[in-house]
Amino acid sequence: MTARSVRSLSGALKPLFSNRCPGVYGAASCNQRQKSTYTPPPARYGGRHTVTLIPGDGIGPELGNHVRELFRFCCVPVDFEVVNVDSSVASEDDINNAIMAIRRNGVALKGNIETNHNLPPSYKSRNNLLRTTLDLYANVMHCQSLPGVRTRHRNIDIMIIRENTEGEYSSLEHENVPGVVECLKIITKTKSLRIADYAFRTARAKGRRRVTAVHKANIMKLGDGLFLECCKEVASGYPEITFDSMIVDNTTMQLVSRPQQFDLMVMPNLYGNVVSNVCAGLVGGPGLVPGANYGEDYAVFETGTRNTGKSIANRNTANPTAMLLASCLLLDHLKLHAYASMIRRAILSTVSETRLHTADLGGQGSTSEVVQSIMNAVQSTGPQTLSI
Amino acid sequence: INNFISFHCEQIIIDNNNMQTVTLIPGDGIGPEISSAVMKIFETAKAPIRWEERNVTAIKGPGGRWMIPPDAKESMDKSKIGLKGPLKTPIAAGHPSMNLLLRKTFDLYANVRPCISIEGYKTPYTDVNLVTIRENTEGEYSGIEHVIVDGVVQSIKLITEDASRRIAEYAFEYARNNQRNSVTAVHKANIMRMSDGLFLRKCREVAENYKDIKFTEMYLDTVCLNMVQDPTQFDVLVMPNLYGDILSDLCAGLIGGLGVTPSGNIGANGVAIFESVHGTAPDIAGLDLANPTALLLSAVMMLRHMGLHDYGNKIQTACFDTIRDKKVLTKDLGGNSKCSEFTADICRRIQDLD
Repeated sequence: MTARSVRSLSGALKPLFSNRCPGVYGAASCNQRQKSTYTPPPARYGGRHTVTLIPGDGIGPELGNHVRELFRFCCVPVDFEVVNVDSSVASEDDINNAIMAIRRNGVALKGNIETNHNLPPSYKSRNNLLRTTLDLYANVMHCQSLPGVRTRHRNIDIMIIRENTEGEYSSLEHENVPGVVECLKIITKTKSLRIADYAFRTARAKGRRRVTAVHKANIMKLGDGLFLECCKEVASGYPEITFDSMIVDNTTMQLVSRPQQFDLMVMPNLYGNVVSNVCAGLVGGPGLVPGANYGEDYAVFETGTRNTGKSIANRNTANPTAMLLASCLLLDHLKLHAYASMIRRAILSTVSETRLHTADLGGQGSTSEVVQSIMNAVQSTGPQTLSI
Repeated sequence: INNFISFHCEQIIIDNNNMQTVTLIPGDGIGPEISSAVMKIFETAKAPIRWEERNVTAIKGPGGRWMIPPDAKESMDKSKIGLKGPLKTPIAAGHPSMNLLLRKTFDLYANVRPCISIEGYKTPYTDVNLVTIRENTEGEYSGIEHVIVDGVVQSIKLITEDASRRIAEYAFEYARNNQRNSVTAVHKANIMRMSDGLFLRKCREVAENYKDIKFTEMYLDTVCLNMVQDPTQFDVLVMPNLYGDILSDLCAGLIGGLGVTPSGNIGANGVAIFESVHGTAPDIAGLDLANPTALLLSAVMMLRHMGLHDYGNKIQTACFDTIRDKKVLTKDLGGNSKCSEFTADICRRIQDLD
């Protein structure tokens, strides 16, 4: 769901390589719902896609390896270009290389890069740098209750769309007087309109009935007031979708008492951070929810709550579900829907098996057991990989 | 009103040395009825409190600055302790909200919300026992905003060394005085390096003086994530204004909402105002349907602050027993009794406890 699809619809820009699509796509996509004429990044070298893989820190590298293992097993036509980013060096060369690789390939799968917050402000968060440089303006997280995972609340199905590039994350700070620090939160009309537009288009495409804007306009009257105005303006163009707004503290209160009332939520950066983490916790934790960052031209997929998982790194106890579901979102983005559904079905059937649950879900399973079980599930569905 | 007058007359006769004066601000909407419910319960418990009722409205003082009525300010400065009901904030009234005025007048820098699961009131979360301490004067709520160019707005978040140190000191003092084991600083210093970094540094410095209390730091998103999965891992949380606003309401939601959550505001010069944080509920005002639990628990918090733990425990036990019994609950708690019946039941239990 990138802006590129909208441009194609209006016929303004014909996709350049549309008649170069090899037969592989045709077979995979002919029975998929074609909502737009969006063309994925061109596949080169015999119909295979190249995707940038940034392992990151903590559990990132091992999960990235599991994704590669699974893709190899399922014969997915994706090759990974691994770009390592060393978070301990002060130079930004590594992250710039990663950004260049993503510009080249158009799509990336990423683990979280650690930020040492004790370093001076000249050392910027690598993840934030990546998001803002590539202008990945929409962070989309879909939190749903999964069968087989026991949580306090049931039947949760919330889609969270969070503005990803401005707001409180502008990292503009200064110390005018010693002991007094000012941090600027920037809200612009262009970006607010853009994210609101993205939210309503997504709501329409996914059949969502209600969009809730989360804000704190009673206190930050100009900033969040502008955001709310933009959302209302865009909402007027979508009469079939109900639009309402809610103040962020009330939202968190409602989320822990009755999360079923929410459908799709759109919000600025910081509130998005809070709300998406609350929702991820409600459906079972950071190991289950994938996240996607979309921009005009690029898409980067990662776990929803962006944790490094330093304390459980290299112990074979991390829950691979979030990263693997993120890789399915990646396959959907590349229009390899058959592979995506096959792998997703296998993952969901494994998650519903309680004896395989990893430590974060209260079980004692290991990461490799979970991945093995997913591969078995894929295999048991028959030799579909050959026909694709 | 009758209650108040008879109570007041009685106290003139009793020796004033044992009585603590408390400034009572009933508030708007359901404020007066829940305030009188609390006064009635305190009377039954024979708590040594003398109520001084004052009203708070915004008036324009000399120099054009908005202020609260001088008799309210005087009463508060003398008694140092206040109990406040909900105040309505009129939209486009030209003056800032009443809560903001009170905060500025008495420099209420710390907002303390103890969130403890109420045994009789079932929520999906049991065993919640934590306290959120929120810096209340600066941070994202400084109200400093500008339109730079048409379509670009900048809001300024202010973090100062003094305010951060003050709130951190209060948090550790509170933890020590209330037998709490750990204090967690909540921040987002990976993104807001200078501002939250300053806050964090101050917390670390203050932690050095309180070696008996464990100090940890955690990112805001990690706290939110873990809070909804396992709230028992948290004890005392200290944080700047915005995170505090969100987290304290999140924790209130865990135990059942604003109708049952107490809250206290601590100011400079020893002033402390305890309040109920719910709204004025104008739709049920005057109909004897309101739930006084939030104001009552805030009043209990006030008793503890003043050192009157016995009275506080007695009233709290009676209140929790009434809720656990489920026979006379108000509508928001799931029953259909009146406020006066709920109050009478608590009074009855207090008398039984004596």
